Amino acid sequence: MKSETHRIIKKLFLNASAIIGFVLLGVFIVIAIFAPFIAPPKEGRDPYMMPIVTWTSSPQPPSPEHPFGVAGKRDIFYGVIWGTRTAFRVGIIVTVVSTLIGLFIGSIAGYYGKLFDEILMRITDIFMAIPFLVAALVLAAILGSGLNKVMIAMTIFGWMYPARLIRGNILQVKEEQYIMAAKALGVKDYLIIIRHVLPNTIFPVLIQASMRMGSLVITAAALSFLGVGAPQGYSDWGALLNYSRNWMLGGQGEALLYWYSTVFPGAAMVLFVLSWNLVGDALRDVFDPRLRV
Amino acid sequence: MIVLRREFYFPSGVEGLIVLIFYIIRRVLFIPITLFGISLIVFSMIGMLSPYQRLATFISSPDRLKSENVDQLISMYGLDDPIPVQYGRWFKNLLQGNLGWSYVGKAPVLQALLQRFPYTLELTLYSAIPIILIGTWMGVLSALHHNRTLDHSLRIFAVVGWSFPDFVFGLFVLMIFYSTLGLFPPGNLSLWAEGIVKSTSFRSFTGMTTIDALLNGRLDVFINALRHLVGPVLTLTYVQLAYILRITRSSMLDVLQRDYVRTARAKGLDERIVINKHAKRNAMIPVATVSGQTIVGLMAGTVIVEAIFNRTGLGSFLALAAQQLDYASIMGGVLFFGLILIIGNLLVDISYAYIDPRVRLD
Repeated sequence: MKSETHRIIKKLFLNASAIIGFVLLGVFIVIAIFAPFIAPPKEGRDPYMMPIVTWTSSPQPPSPEHPFGVAGKRDIFYGVIWGTRTAFRVGIIVTVVSTLIGLFIGSIAGYYGKLFDEILMRITDIFMAIPFLVAALVLAAILGSGLNKVMIAMTIFGWMYPARLIRGNILQVKEEQYIMAAKALGVKDYLIIIRHVLPNTIFPVLIQASMRMGSLVITAAALSFLGVGAPQGYSDWGALLNYSRNWMLGGQGEALLYWYSTVFPGAAMVLFVLSWNLVGDALRDVFDPRLRV
Repeated sequence: MIVLRREFYFPSGVEGLIVLIFYIIRRVLFIPITLFGISLIVFSMIGMLSPYQRLATFISSPDRLKSENVDQLISMYGLDDPIPVQYGRWFKNLLQGNLGWSYVGKAPVLQALLQRFPYTLELTLYSAIPIILIGTWMGVLSALHHNRTLDHSLRIFAVVGWSFPDFVFGLFVLMIFYSTLGLFPPGNLSLWAEGIVKSTSFRSFTGMTTIDALLNGRLDVFINALRHLVGPVLTLTYVQLAYILRITRSSMLDVLQRDYVRTARAKGLDERIVINKHAKRNAMIPVATVSGQTIVGLMAGTVIVEAIFNRTGLGSFLALAAQQLDYASIMGGVLFFGLILIIGNLLVDISYAYIDPRVRLD
């Protein structure tokens, strides 16, 4: 067992891209934890709301006071720092809740099979027939402004992927002898699922969850970029990019002057997603070499 | 995501054909059920809106909402009926081919959708070509230089592209190629070209601007339309390239270890022939499926790209409808998208069964 742990740790940290992924992720975690010290909010105000720092509507270039510049009358540096917390919150909550729902539905479908399976899988198919971004966009727009609404929308249309994975895995595990033995001993169904089936199917689910983190954060940012979701002025990378959008389309020849309004929030997003993708890749290589692509 | 459900082998010969036909019939029979399910989901979402919010889509100017006859209007359109009653009414209209009036599209919903579909299809097809060609080319290159510098650089290139949100990359493309270099403008066409396309002498054959321009013999319009396509195509290509590259690379690596490749090398065949004739052909089988899925997925991916590049199309139409809560357009748009995805996936699965007889259908 010890040598196995040793092998895993060695494999995880001998791979250059895995190291980059973990380091990047670590940096983002530190930024999120220490956000109140890196970009101190004003006393008594909601720290997630970017304070208005100027009345000029056009973006202002980086200065000692505003190291990343100003866009939409708000400090980009502040938004990027506190946006890290937003990204983690959205990514983690949506991933955890949708994975739990998926686990529940997938294990019922896989374990009981037959009619349960048929009905649940057809419902899954129907949910999957609506493109994820489109579905989340429509529901978030209907629920109205607010980050919670975005998370609800993404969870309602995000549980199918873990559900399918779990179902497939359970179908494989179900026929194993130790399950038969547990059944023969009269162990209750839900205990068999929790104690014997899930522990043997959980790694692929965790890997999939870490791989989905990146795309979930992209979708959430895309929604605020489209003006649905996070309220006006909320620290969110997508919302920051929305400020720069008009200047890219309208400002003939001047767009490069406003590079900072796109580059800083954009880089934050790309690096955040990149870190999750690299970590997900590394986990998959170690725990499930069969899935390697 | 590749989802292969393995229930039985796909047999060869006549028997296989019968299995395939039954499989297609079963899948086709499920299409209306799935669409019905989608419509229930979307309608129950819309049911969360208050009648007042839904009234907005029937009103041409905001002043009318101020008048005291709001409640009268609501009961006139039946917006305060129970949701199942409203669904029944919507469904009855649907059966008659009437999806309602699109406030965003300023036309009947079906007409608005059909008019925009060719634009989205055009963007999808133009993006699919470079994604598949460059993705497979780089994947083969990466496999042939396994674990060497070229392999590492290509993989980094791909994983960074995969991590790029399409709207971030699109903004960079706009910033560099449009605002700074003035090369590839957003939108579908320049104003003068739009004038030509909308004129009566320009005949519309497919609704896809580039093809229609060629059929009308207007090379200038064709080039103009192409220039407007470069930005979104570039964005979609870089963002979507990674998956094809990875699949090609791993499939190629797998094939290169096979016995028949070793045999081909051992009997002294030219390395080029070994790679092109023996290895590549077999390595392309999984790539073919993934390519099909990528094309279907691209359709859904156009929402953001069309919005950023100000293009007319299904994606930008639906984004606008969602923002404005134009629920007739939302219903129609989501159903239309669903239908395209279902048919697209069905075609991919069928063609896959043809390409690779080892595949199992369920």
